[in-house]
Amino acid sequence: MRISYYPGCTLKTQAKDLDRYARVSAQVLGVEMDEIENWQCCGGVYNTSRDEIATKLSALRALEQAKRNGGKLLTLCSACHNVIKRVNDDAKNDENFCAKANAYLSFDEPYRGETQVIHYLEMLRDEIGFQKIAEKIVRPVKKKIAGYYGCLLLRPSKVMAFDNPENPSVLENFIEAIGGDPVRFPMRNECCGAYVSFKDKDLTAKRSRLVIESAESAGAEIVVTACPLCLYNLRKNGGGKIDVVYFTELLAEALGVKENG
Amino acid sequence: MDKRETGEQILRISGTEIRKCMKCGKCSGRCPAYREMDIKPHQFVGYLIKGKTEKLLESEAIWHCLSCMACVERCPRGVAPQGVIEAVRTTVTRMQGKNGISAEDIPPIVDELIPQQLLVSAYRKYNK
Ligand code: SF4
Ligand code: SF4
Repeated sequence: MRISYYPGCTLKTQAKDLDRYARVSAQVLGVEMDEIENWQCCGGVYNTSRDEIATKLSALRALEQAKRNGGKLLTLCSACHNVIKRVNDDAKNDENFCAKANAYLSFDEPYRGETQVIHYLEMLRDEIGFQKIAEKIVRPVKKKIAGYYGCLLLRPSKVMAFDNPENPSVLENFIEAIGGDPVRFPMRNECCGAYVSFKDKDLTAKRSRLVIESAESAGAEIVVTACPLCLYNLRKNGGGKIDVVYFTELLAEALGVKENG
Repeated sequence: MDKRETGEQILRISGTEIRKCMKCGKCSGRCPAYREMDIKPHQFVGYLIKGKTEKLLESEAIWHCLSCMACVERCPRGVAPQGVIEAVRTTVTRMQGKNGISAEDIPPIVDELIPQQLLVSAYRKYNK
């Protein structure tokens, strides 16, 4: 299977691990990730103000390219996924936005939200299947692993349609597939404190600490995430009690290809 | 823009039907930044209904909202308090000289592990 892939800025710089372990794992799983050409930064956050247009154009360019290259766009960073999926929803359902954005971008054919945006975890679940992944595991990760969802993959659920927003299961099913013992903890879908550290670093520190304490008291030995900002906040403010890693690192380890990453 | 027009603009770009709010307070109850906010999420909705536009524009809470969407997800009436907060913050940052962060604020915050995503996101949320 070939699929158009949008990595995003952070995966080319600070979060190379998230990207490279995803790529080597995909190879084992029979997926070729085709990085789209000349992609631009998604902007990191989606602005809900209805008259925002310019901040959404880079996502549209990526979506339109994927439309011409297989019709699906694979994402990996939670933030990119959130932005691209929501902009795609606007292209599909907000006529005013769609008309203005298309008038500006003037693609050969107007883009109206045709591309299907899928996160890497959704690809594992829906396109490959956890059963098939489990069969390919050579080094099961025998640990108590807490899957941290944060906000961006799940909310707003009407648009993201990723999983049950209050009781998600894709990360736990993933953890089982790689041989781990999933730890469900109360704060797994609460905010890490996000970008607010720029205005109020105590608020971010407090939110991250609560997440780590929640995972720890549920018995976790390690936390996995799909978001570079969550990883940064949790490592920085979590008190170093439990390590936080990208889910793709554990996947590569379990598939026996971590050294190739 | 006068006060009434600004209020209408905020309402328009908030993308939500504030009149559906039944004042249950659940949004504020679930808000992770509740304690740090001078105006609480349910009050953003209420103030906009009552036309207290100046109060909204002076709010400090717009800088504390995490855009976590918990209030939106959990409102039993399908209202988006975050949409109102974002509409206010966007309206403020579009005004001359009202950016939330300045270039001088950045160096002390940056360390060697900071993800690019954080810099971009903070600039997008706080500045125009
Ligand atoms: S949760 Fe919804 S209905 Fe309740 S106060 Fe907040 S906005 Fe209003
Ligand atoms: S989006 Fe903002 S207002 Fe709503 S719950 Fe999160 S921090 Fe609170």
